[in-house]
Amino acid sequence: MSKKKTEENGALKSVSYAKWGYIFIIPFFVVYIFFTLVPQFLTIYNSFFESYRIGLEQVGPNYVGLENYRTLFSADSDGIILVLKYTFNTMWLWILGAVPQFVIALLLAIFFTSYRLNIKGQGFFKTVIYMPNLIMAAAFSMLFFTLFSRVGPIQALLEEWGWIDASFDFFSKRVTVRGMIALMNFLMWFGNTTIVLMAGIMGIDQSLFESATIDGANSVQVFFRVTMPLLMPIFVYCLITAMIGGIQMFDVPQVLTNGKGVPNEMTRTLVMYLNGYLTNKNYGMAGAISVFIFVITGILSGFVYKRLSAPYKDKTRLHRRRKGDVI
Amino acid sequence: MNKKLSDNTRGLIKLTVLRIIVYAILIFLTALCLFFFYLMVINASRSNAQLATGFTLLPKENFLKNLVNAWNDSSINIPRGMLNSLIIALSSAVLTTYFSALTAYAIHAYDFKGKRAVFTFIIAVMMIPAQVSALGFVQMMNKLHLTNSYIPLIIPSIAAPVVFFYMKQYMESVLPLDVIDAARVDGSGEFRTFNTIVLPMLKPAIAVQMIFSFVSSWNNYFVPALLLDKAEMKTVPIMIAQLRSADYSKFDMGKVYMFILLAILPVMITYIFLSKSIIKGVTAGSVKG
Repeated sequence: MSKKKTEENGALKSVSYAKWGYIFIIPFFVVYIFFTLVPQFLTIYNSFFESYRIGLEQVGPNYVGLENYRTLFSADSDGIILVLKYTFNTMWLWILGAVPQFVIALLLAIFFTSYRLNIKGQGFFKTVIYMPNLIMAAAFSMLFFTLFSRVGPIQALLEEWGWIDASFDFFSKRVTVRGMIALMNFLMWFGNTTIVLMAGIMGIDQSLFESATIDGANSVQVFFRVTMPLLMPIFVYCLITAMIGGIQMFDVPQVLTNGKGVPNEMTRTLVMYLNGYLTNKNYGMAGAISVFIFVITGILSGFVYKRLSAPYKDKTRLHRRRKGDVI
Repeated sequence: MNKKLSDNTRGLIKLTVLRIIVYAILIFLTALCLFFFYLMVINASRSNAQLATGFTLLPKENFLKNLVNAWNDSSINIPRGMLNSLIIALSSAVLTTYFSALTAYAIHAYDFKGKRAVFTFIIAVMMIPAQVSALGFVQMMNKLHLTNSYIPLIIPSIAAPVVFFYMKQYMESVLPLDVIDAARVDGSGEFRTFNTIVLPMLKPAIAVQMIFSFVSSWNNYFVPALLLDKAEMKTVPIMIAQLRSADYSKFDMGKVYMFILLAILPVMITYIFLSKSIIKGVTAGSVKG
C-alpha cells in the first residue's frame, strides 16, 4: 500500500509507529548493557582468573579454571569455610531483624485497618515509623556506634542504673553487636513493611470480613481464615524482597564495626567479604564471591519475577491492539 | 434483655482495653523510632566535655558552635561532601525519572516486535543488586579513567528497572491511548507528544520517584566508596564511614554528632514536607497489579 493511498483512506492509524517504540528504549538498553550487563559478564569472567596483588606486585591475571571457587569453598587453617560462615552471619543478622519486623508490621497493619479499633492519628504514626527507612544507613550506623560506644551515653545510662558495670563493652559480645545490627534493620524496615501490608489488607474485599463476622467468626478466626490466606501473596512477596535486601546487607555492619565484623568476624556479612577483596584488588576471589551472591539472589528473584509478571501473562494487557494498528 | 446489655458493656470494656494496649504499642514504637535521633540532636548541642559526663535528655547551648566546627573541619569537608552528594543525587533523580518514563512509554504506547521480550527482561533483572556486578563495573571504570568522576554514579541511573516498572503501572491507570491518538491527529510528533503531553500527565509519579531516587542516591555507599578516593570528590556516606575509621579519641564528639545530623538533614527536611506523598509511593509497584 503506497503512502498516498493510506492517506486517501483517511486511515491515519494504519501508519506504523513501531519504530518509535524501538527508539524510545534505546537509552535504557545502551546504558544497561554498558554499565550493568557487560560488567556482570566481566565479573563472572574474572572469577576464572587468578588476579591479586602482593604489595605493589600484580599477580596474574592467569586463567585458573574453577580454582577460585575451590578456594572459596575450602576450609581455612582453622577448619572454617569462610564463605559459609559469612553466609550464616548474614542470615542470622537478617532473621534477627526480620522476625520482629514482620510480626510487628503485620500487627500494626491489622490495627490500622481495623474498623472496630478505629485508630486515631494514623497519619502521624505512619509518618514516624516510616522515617528511619529514609535515613542514610551509614549515618544511622555511625550514630549507633557513638551512642553505644564505651564513652557513649547509653553505656553511661545503663551503668548509672546498675544494669551493666564499667567493664561492659557492647562491641565485644556477639549477641550485643548482632542485636544492635538487628535493631537497626528492624527500625529501618518495619514501617515500610507495615505500609505495604496495610495496602494489601485494604485491597481485600471488605464484604468478606463482614460476612465472616456475621457468620460468628471472632477476630482471631477472621485473621487466620480470611485475612492471612488472602494476604499471603503480598506477604510472601514482601518476605522475599526483604531476603534479597538482607543478602545485600553491608552499610550497617560495615560502618558499625569499621569493616571488621567484631567480635571475631561474627558480624561480617557476605558483601563485607566481597568488599574486602574488592578493596584489596583480589579480583579473582571477588569474582567468585560475586557469582555466589548472584546465584542466591537469582533464585530468590525468580519468585519476585513470577509475581510481578503474572498480570502481564494475559497478552492483551501488554499488547493493546487497537483497530487498524499495524505491528 | 438484661443479659444482652451486659454483653454489650463487656464488649465495650474489652474494646477499650484493646485500644489502650494498641495505643501503648504504637506510642512505644514511635518513641523507639525517635529516641536515637532525639539523642543525636541533643548530643549535637553538647560540647565534648559535656558529652563526657554521660547521658542527658536536655539540650545544651553548644549547637551553633558544633555546627561551625563541623562545617569548617579541615579533615572532613562536609559542605563539599554535601554539595557532591547533591549534584549526584539531583542529576540521578532527573535522569532516572525521565528515561524510565520514556522506556515505560515505549512499552505502553507502541506495539513492536520483541516488546514482550524487552518487558520480560527488565522485570527479570529488576532484583539483581548492583553489588554482584560491582567488580566488573569498577574494573571498566578504571580502564576508562572514570574513577573520581561522577559519570559512573549518575549515568547508570538512566536504566532503572524498578522505576520503569512503577512508571509502566502508573501509565496503565492514567494514560489512555486515545490521548496519544488525538495528539497525532493534531500533528504532534511522537517525541514531542511524550515531552509535552505525556510527561505532564505523569507529574505525580515523577515527583514520587524523584524523591525516592534522590534519597537512595544520597544514601548510597557501596559503589561510590569503590570509585571515589580523592578528598574533594567524596560523597557524604564515604565521609561518615571515614569518621568511623578515624582515630576516635582525637575527635570532638559534639562535632561527630553534628556530622551525622548534617548527613541526614536534607532527606529529613524533604520528608517533613512531603511525607504524605512519599508514604503513598511506598506501596505502588508492589501491591498493585
